[in-house]
Amino acid sequence: MSVIALLSIFVLAVFVGFEVVSKVSTTLHTPLMSGANAIHGVILVGAIIVAGHSDSALSLTLSIIAVVLATINMVGGFVVTDRMLEMFKGKKKPTAKEAK
Amino acid sequence: MNNNLYSLIGLVAAVCFILALKGLSSPKGARRGNIIGAIGATIATVVVFFYNDPAEGGLKNLPLILIAILVGVIVGVPAARKVQMTAMPQLVALFNGVGGGAAALVAIVEYLYLGDKASGGAVGATVFTVLVGCISFTGSILTFLKLQELMTTRPVVFPGGRAVIALVLLAVLGAAGWVGVDKGSTSLLVLTVLSLAFGILFVLPVGGADVPIVISLLNAFTGLTVAATGYVLDSTLLLVAGTLVGASGTILTRLMASAMGRSILGILFGAFTATPQAALSAADARPVKSGSPDDVAILLAYARRVVIVPGFGLAVAQAQHTVRELADLLTAKGVEVAYGIHPVAGRMPGHMNVLLAEANVPYEQLKEMEEVNPTFSQTDVALVVGANDVVNPAAKTTPGCPIYGMPILDVDQATNVIFLKRSMRPGFAGIENELLYDPRTTLLFGDAKDSLTKVVSALKVF
Repeated sequence: MSVIALLSIFVLAVFVGFEVVSKVSTTLHTPLMSGANAIHGVILVGAIIVAGHSDSALSLTLSIIAVVLATINMVGGFVVTDRMLEMFKGKKKPTAKEAK
Repeated sequence: MNNNLYSLIGLVAAVCFILALKGLSSPKGARRGNIIGAIGATIATVVVFFYNDPAEGGLKNLPLILIAILVGVIVGVPAARKVQMTAMPQLVALFNGVGGGAAALVAIVEYLYLGDKASGGAVGATVFTVLVGCISFTGSILTFLKLQELMTTRPVVFPGGRAVIALVLLAVLGAAGWVGVDKGSTSLLVLTVLSLAFGILFVLPVGGADVPIVISLLNAFTGLTVAATGYVLDSTLLLVAGTLVGASGTILTRLMASAMGRSILGILFGAFTATPQAALSAADARPVKSGSPDDVAILLAYARRVVIVPGFGLAVAQAQHTVRELADLLTAKGVEVAYGIHPVAGRMPGHMNVLLAEANVPYEQLKEMEEVNPTFSQTDVALVVGANDVVNPAAKTTPGCPIYGMPILDVDQATNVIFLKRSMRPGFAGIENELLYDPRTTLLFGDAKDSLTKVVSALKVF
């Protein structure tokens, strides 16, 4: 892909990133950070691609380590975020009913 | 699979990530947002196995890759499932660190693979990814050690530290330039080692209270490395996902910093300006009023309105259930109970909400700072459980102290203040709290959970 096309995607993504999180209540800061953390675990895709064309023992070792680390980042990230949010939810629903 | 179709599915995953971040920003959509993000990540991971490398065709080493993913799942999922609520911030830091490490490794492997074929842009992106990914890796591990209290939470400053950091930074930049010119593997190795070292030096002087902001910043860094990797691997998905995290992470870091009255630049360059803190001396000898659990129980039982201010001490002691028991007991006695939640109480913004939610504290009792502050003057007892910096009046009265300008909970407006503290040690930010010496203040020393349990049993006798 041309450098200009990639640059355009980059700049537009920056604005999207700014826009989607411009207003967040402090309560959600931690889950949001954790969720964003899980999303960059998608580096797993890159790790799989480079592991898939590694020939030398060194490259293969490094890229397999990268796959393990990236998987931990991605899977662990989403699970821990879900655990945080589960607690918010479990609390809010019953009390909303009680309030009525 | 056709590579156009592959890119198209990548686009679907990228849209999932945008929706995920959007959802996570609102209380209603948060959980769904996270699930959408996980779906996007799963789609991206499954579809990459059908990717056809223009030069090589399909992926090689498939069994090893699958085993590696399995290992990652076996390590990551139980860690995330079993972690105590109190330890979540450091787990997020650790996950971020391994992500940064993975990005750096991917960049290194791709650089070795491309060899002489690497374009100038690809070398530049590789240098960026290795440099920032390594900083994120060691920096995050250090924040993990700080939060886990495996090392001191105070800023670590040593004589000549500033000079060392500046020199290492110069060396890192020099090595980066070297890689750009020489495109060799020795220069890249040097860059890797120096960047790893810089990550450590960069986080060492950061004081405990700023650690959450640094985690958020490193998170944004890791996002940018993923974007740079996307450029090298010609993957739009990685480019978009990484940029999204980089941009939203930067905004989030700014939001957090402003909630704490700190500037990001101040924290970043704190590494260069940090000076050894003056020893806390004169204040230590002054008398304080310490009370017994019975004294505290009496104060609470005869109050009309009590505001509980939780802090990290509550998290450490796992006292969230006991504090709720105390609140229920007081409510049963006709005392009005509310929780005053400082946005950055604990080690991460929202830490206390998560913790109290775990103990099923009724949502309407949790009051945010703006809501609870005007009510302190009608409050009989402010019960501070393991918090310190977030109620320290020095933030208002002492210009020049590290937390000056941070909004605080005005517990000093309450008729009585009770502190449950482990010791006279100052809080995470390392600043003396004048309020402890105030005649209206009663101190109950000990582990927050033990103290609360004793107060609860004293209350039951009434």
